Amino acid sequence: MQVIFDNLGAYWNGFIVTVQLLLGGGLGAAILGLLVAVLRISPVASLRAIATGYTELVRNTPLTLVFFFIAIVLPTLQISFDYLPGAMIALSVYTSPFVAEALRSGINGVPIGQAEAARSLGLTFSQTLTIVILPQAVRMVVPPLINVFIALTKNTSVAGGFYVAELFATSKVLANANGDAVIPVLVGVAFFYLVITVPLGQIAAFIERKVAVLR
Amino acid sequence: MTASVLYDAPGPKTRARSRVISIVSGVVIVGITVWLIVSLGMPRTTVNGAVLTGLWDPSRWDIFVDKRAGEVWSGLLVRGLIQGTLAAAGLAAVLAIIIGIAFSFLRTARSRWVRVPTTIVLEFFRGMPVLLMMLFILLAFATVGYWAAVWALAVYNGAIIGEALRAGIAALPKGQREAGLSLGLTGFQTRMIIEFPQALKQMLPIIIAQLVVLLKDTSLAYVVAYPEILRVSQQMRDFYGSTKYSFSIFLVVLAIYLTVNLSLSWLARRIARGGGKRGKDKAKAAGPNPGGADTALLSVGATASLGAIADGGSHGGGGHGGGDGAPGATTGSS
Repeated sequence: MQVIFDNLGAYWNGFIVTVQLLLGGGLGAAILGLLVAVLRISPVASLRAIATGYTELVRNTPLTLVFFFIAIVLPTLQISFDYLPGAMIALSVYTSPFVAEALRSGINGVPIGQAEAARSLGLTFSQTLTIVILPQAVRMVVPPLINVFIALTKNTSVAGGFYVAELFATSKVLANANGDAVIPVLVGVAFFYLVITVPLGQIAAFIERKVAVLR
Repeated sequence: MTASVLYDAPGPKTRARSRVISIVSGVVIVGITVWLIVSLGMPRTTVNGAVLTGLWDPSRWDIFVDKRAGEVWSGLLVRGLIQGTLAAAGLAAVLAIIIGIAFSFLRTARSRWVRVPTTIVLEFFRGMPVLLMMLFILLAFATVGYWAAVWALAVYNGAIIGEALRAGIAALPKGQREAGLSLGLTGFQTRMIIEFPQALKQMLPIIIAQLVVLLKDTSLAYVVAYPEILRVSQQMRDFYGSTKYSFSIFLVVLAIYLTVNLSLSWLARRIARGGGKRGKDKAKAAGPNPGGADTALLSVGATASLGAIADGGSHGGGGHGGGDGAPGATTGSS
């Protein structure tokens, strides 16, 4: 146990980098994902096809391979990023289709009767969307979206294998330095991850319960 | 229903306009792709004056066709894919399902003394990165990379499958359990004979999607030095020369991954569409229509839930489903 308190500084530094990755990657993924979601429900067929192709391609590629692409393949093309921004880009790209799917399924999850009722009351397309559909969709979207960000939190650990000194990389260093106390070291790391993931999960569950009551 | 409820049926002007946008954006995408392919193929000069051949140059691809080809392909496909990735994923999948079933039973146990600790353990496993779990098992149990990878994947995905099964049991109509009990079955028999088979059937698409995740996550095992396809490809790159072959090997590995994963995802979607009698007719009525004319922005809930099942599950790091019993909850968790 003592080893955790002795290395609290190292843990803290790793934790900060993990949070940076989470925020940077999350922001990028949200922007990209929103774009893809909009394309996916657009009335223009080719835009939909493009978005679908992108989603399928990225979603079936392992995250590690995305990292490899940015860390190892792009530099041979003389496009290179620093490790931290590179990791953020990789995480953004990898997470964006999941964000898009969460957004899309939220919109699709609103019962069709809602739209029919709005239309039959004489509301226009934009009125239907902004007054009736989106307010309901947002509520349905938040829990799956939080789940996506929880997964992102865990995925930041992959960056540790690509020269970013975040929590997981820290844990490897600490575990090697304290060979006699490996288990406490790793439990300490797990604790820092749970500090992020468990509250997020609680929020998602709470909102989900609220929505369940609503229906 | 040809047009979505959101729009009026498009008139000739709208149709013409959307055709124009369609063509323009198609041309733009094709243009970007062609530009990318061409510029990747351009020879380039490094800072110290050396000229590198373009990425499509035959000299960068010869290891896949000349006398080294047998070695390369057998290394990637047999040693990497079959003996590495699939061997770990197969065993981990079986274990994950067993662990998931066990978790779902413990989590729905009547005794609080079983239920509460199981919940805590589940939360713990679901909130931790798989990578950390692999490292933990590797170091704490002093095993080899294979077992670290297999057990980490099994426990992590088992926790998620367990949650899916529990949600499936919770979503069953209450009458099922009551009917079982009133027939004189014990609580355990009711669970085994009546409730569990139905929940399993209902949740099969989610479980399969989760197994796709498991397969994808085997790539993380390179961290514990387990020779799956990614690590094998890395060794090959170092062996044959990384500046020359890194791009071609990367592209081949990507293609292999995509082939395997897409066919598994396709299987999951097929089962999602065909499995579960209740969803069947609805699914047919509102089946996804790739490339169809209507935007299906709001096509009936069945599509949405099917989509979410097929998609939600195939999540990289997996998810952290929050739901508590509500049937809708399962669509959110991954």
